[in-house]
Amino acid sequence: MAEAEESPGDPGTASPRPLFAGLSDISISQDIPVEGEITIPMRSRIREFDSSTLNESVRNTIMRDLKAVGKKFMHVLYPRKSNTLLRDWDLWGPLILCVTLALMLQRDSADSEKDGGPQFAEVFVIVRFGAVTITLNSKLLGGNISFFQSLCVLGYCILPLTVAMLICRLVLLADPGPVNFMVRLFVVIVMFAWSIVASTAFLADSQPPNRRALAVYPVFLFYFVISWMILTFTPQ
Amino acid sequence: MSGGEISSRTLQIFFLIIGRRLTGRMAAVDDLQFEEFGNAATSLTANPDATTVNIEDPGETPKHQPGSPRGSGREEDDELLGNDDSDKTELLAGQKKSSPFWTFEYYQTFFDVDTYQVFDRIKGSLLPIPGKNFVRLYIRSNPDLYGPFWICATLVFAIAISGNLSNFLIHLGEKTYHYVPEFRKVSIAATIIYAYAWLVPLALWGFLMWRNSKVMNIVSYSFLEIVCVYGYSLFIYIPTAILWIIPQKAVRWILVMIALGISGSLLAMTFWPAVREDNRRVALATIVTIVLLHMLLSVGCLAYFFDAPEMDHLPTTTATPNQTVAAAKSS
Repeated sequence: MAEAEESPGDPGTASPRPLFAGLSDISISQDIPVEGEITIPMRSRIREFDSSTLNESVRNTIMRDLKAVGKKFMHVLYPRKSNTLLRDWDLWGPLILCVTLALMLQRDSADSEKDGGPQFAEVFVIVRFGAVTITLNSKLLGGNISFFQSLCVLGYCILPLTVAMLICRLVLLADPGPVNFMVRLFVVIVMFAWSIVASTAFLADSQPPNRRALAVYPVFLFYFVISWMILTFTPQ
Repeated sequence: MSGGEISSRTLQIFFLIIGRRLTGRMAAVDDLQFEEFGNAATSLTANPDATTVNIEDPGETPKHQPGSPRGSGREEDDELLGNDDSDKTELLAGQKKSSPFWTFEYYQTFFDVDTYQVFDRIKGSLLPIPGKNFVRLYIRSNPDLYGPFWICATLVFAIAISGNLSNFLIHLGEKTYHYVPEFRKVSIAATIIYAYAWLVPLALWGFLMWRNSKVMNIVSYSFLEIVCVYGYSLFIYIPTAILWIIPQKAVRWILVMIALGISGSLLAMTFWPAVREDNRRVALATIVTIVLLHMLLSVGCLAYFFDAPEMDHLPTTTATPNQTVAAAKSS
């Protein structure tokens, strides 16, 4: 159509000219400069920021990470519907908590023949691989939470149970007996409920509503097993 | 140009009008034809001897509609028809597992269940009614791995924790008893339960495939459906393991019988249609082996994880921990 309209007054031309033929005469590479920086102004600012953290003292670096971890601890202890745990996830907190818990739960290596409590490696593996399994389960069910976000939340919500472990260890310094056991049982139950409430406050929204129970049940099982390990801890 | 266009346009309009009239009539004819087709379809499904084939992935075993000439088969067919989305699930089954196995979406298809579906499957496993096939009723070409995996995980911890609690309660009054959490038994329990829930279905599936090559069976199950049935059949052992804490031998053995009855009958009723067409002795031997392995699992777990209650700790009437402690202290 463009050909017929373009050459109404040229009945003699054999081949009609295409529409944008004249543009090929312009040499683009030399006449129009197409070079420059493909950077957004924000990016250069971040580059400045990165280089400045390279020069800061080690104490600043460590304190910044510790402050982030501490802030997330407070979010777990007072669970509100906030996105801090999810947005700026980090795995330092879960590592610190898992190592602390495993160190406190391990049995003394003197009694290795008797079938006693878990070793350090067993607790560590159960906590880490349990968290990974629950995360995989949540993603397979169709949740829209990322892998590391979920690991972060599950790891941080072990904090109440770690506090329960500390309290139990202190209580066990007193005389063993049924009262001792009742106190420990009460503490562990309260902290277990706290962990479940904290983690479901963060994780429940990421699942479609008709599968929420399916995603929350493994979390319940996970914290139940950890609570059982804490409750049955007996110093040799 | 304009003259030709005008004439072609009028011809188009003319044919459009005539075509509408024709299609109107054709629709009436189509209605009649459609009705006939509908009649044919219903008569086809009402005929129990007809077999229909699903177009599934070549990796999946082709599952034929069961068309047994006996009365119970007809009831099952009617029940199958009574549910509305049976056709829909059959259609969707062909489109489901189309991702290659190295992608994440492939494994997501095995977790495509809702909460109420999992609950229905668990309820179906607790109440095996003769004549209702668990696979056909509940699984229906949507086998999930959520149920088997988490039921096995719960069972592992239920057995380990209950065993530990029961041993603690039994040996409570003894002076030489020092409580140990017995954590190594958790890993042993995990090995046993997961091996049973995955290797026995694998062996059974291989055996059924082998028999299918020799004898044409009407009903055949895929590997995942067998894993699903075994996983859900283990659910009854979770409350059984918790109730095994009661340190009474008679109570424990009654619980074993009840649990074995329920889950064994579920397995037998599921796999009987798959071996029914076969040689009588082979079919019976298969069912007996399935039930026997199941019994071996439950009795083995009871024997290994739960210490036998000693005779002098057994009170005359009901067992409570306070009474056993009092009995131990007085003896």
